[in-house]
Amino acid sequence: MIPTLLGVAALVFFLLRVVPGDIVELKYAGAGVYAPKEALARERAQLGLDQPLWRQFAVWIGGFTRLDFGTSMWTGRPITYEIGIRLELSIELALMATFIAILISVPLGTLAAVKQDTWIDYFVRIFSIAGLAIPSFWLGIVIILAFVIYFRWLPPLTFTSFWVDPKANLSQLIWPALAVGYRYSAVATRMTRSTVLEVLREDYIRTARAKGLWERAVLIRHALKNALLPVITVIGLEFAFLVGGLVVTEQVFNLNGIGKLFVEAISQRDYTMVQSLVVLTSFVFIFVNFLVDLINACLDPRIRYQ
Amino acid sequence: MTRTSVKTLTLPAVSRFDRWLETTFRFTRQRPLGAVGAAIMGIMIAAAVLAGFVAPYDPLATDYATMLQAPSSFHWFGTDSFGRDVLTRIIYGSRTALWIGFASAFLGATLGALIGVTSAYFGGKIDLVLQRFMDLLLSFPLIILALVVVSLLGSGMTNVIFAITVPMVPRCALVLRSSALALREMPFVEAARALGFGPTRIILRHMLPNVMAPYLIMLTAFLGQAILLEASLSFLGLGVAEPQAAWGLMLRGAAVDFAERAPWMAIYPGLAISLSVFAFNLLGDSLRDALDPKLRL
Repeated sequence: MIPTLLGVAALVFFLLRVVPGDIVELKYAGAGVYAPKEALARERAQLGLDQPLWRQFAVWIGGFTRLDFGTSMWTGRPITYEIGIRLELSIELALMATFIAILISVPLGTLAAVKQDTWIDYFVRIFSIAGLAIPSFWLGIVIILAFVIYFRWLPPLTFTSFWVDPKANLSQLIWPALAVGYRYSAVATRMTRSTVLEVLREDYIRTARAKGLWERAVLIRHALKNALLPVITVIGLEFAFLVGGLVVTEQVFNLNGIGKLFVEAISQRDYTMVQSLVVLTSFVFIFVNFLVDLINACLDPRIRYQ
Repeated sequence: MTRTSVKTLTLPAVSRFDRWLETTFRFTRQRPLGAVGAAIMGIMIAAAVLAGFVAPYDPLATDYATMLQAPSSFHWFGTDSFGRDVLTRIIYGSRTALWIGFASAFLGATLGALIGVTSAYFGGKIDLVLQRFMDLLLSFPLIILALVVVSLLGSGMTNVIFAITVPMVPRCALVLRSSALALREMPFVEAARALGFGPTRIILRHMLPNVMAPYLIMLTAFLGQAILLEASLSFLGLGVAEPQAAWGLMLRGAAVDFAERAPWMAIYPGLAISLSVFAFNLLGDSLRDALDPKLRL
């Protein structure tokens, strides 16, 4: 895990510095004033951009061990601070979206499998294929549109923390979470359907039915327990989509989260911010997949004993 | 040893076109959903190629007299905040979407195939190094890697193609490497090596043609994703730039600002994205089922 992260960090760091044009020029170009060479040089020195590359890298990586990612080249504030004020929102949104995705995919997928080849099955399949095709930012726009037209409601401009006012917070985040979660659920629904179909043909299900168990007990206690393993894996793998969904959806709903910060940092060429965020997301990505392996090992004794 | 005479079987002459027609017909009958996808794709390609003839207006002509007009018989999908016809811009947008989609999916799948097969053929150290590098690229979520590439190169058509290609390469390399690993042990590869052919020839002429099925599957699977990714990048303002017509771009800014007054500006481009990705996914799924049912993506 650590070598991969180090590789990610090195790759992003050096790539970002290969390209011509840096933040200092962009800052002055944005201000629209004539900047003497000395001023540019002074600014660069202040940001540490005049140091040799390897030293910049060493300083940045060294900071990691102290959880110090350096300072944003754009705002001048510490990156941990900039991330910190936005982290709560993004994590809450991510968790809600995952929760919604599971809430949609597991019952729908199971239902489709049980009612295979009926109109319910077709409906669920179309619903999930559509989920893959509909961009989450557009779904977000459509949701806002519906609210504006029918209820004259606009997404609030400021974020209310869950700890301050849980109701306001949830009513604000439920819609972006739904927009992200629907897309997130699509693959999981298809996966649930196919694994439940597979499991339902197993011998032990026939045994359970033969001994006269209630169909619901067969399904929930016997079938789902085994069918959900690959689904958990898929939810971990699809985490990448969750990140993608967050980046665009935060833009649509005007939520000041990590995704928005990332897009801003990229358009402002805020090197330190971009590289730190990339390493952070990669870390979370790798960590989530590690967690999924762990959960699978806990749930499935076959994996544990291998 | 007795010699057996081999009777040659003469096949009735079938033209290539007839065979193609028959295959198409069979595919349509067996996989109607895939055929629907292919049909939508065909319409899109036709619209993109013939945009100049099909589109009722000029995609760039701004006309402040017809600003934000509701859909009518003159402007089927209404007009945007610059008075540009939304239908026209969607038709021209299909050009952008398809061009970027096909180019990046093709580049991504091809580069991925080359790397995957090469890595499988040589094995050992080369395999290890290539795979480590691919693993590294895989540890970025798709859009993050694309965004990083955009931030390196800046926005614009070519850069967007490149930005979408990069995250696709490792995914394709991974799948094709595992297909090619099985090939490596096949007698025909060994025979080619025994004949003294070099690795380049074996990889290109003997191994690559035999991983065509997974290659095509990855290619079609990428198409939809590439279009979606392009739309997302353009929507974020990091993809194609105005005034070029692109679906993601049409949803940016004005579409949200004028949502109440002109909802058609936000509805139709999104429908176009969804419909095309839907079509590509349908086709991709059917193609996967037809070519290699075991491959689960």
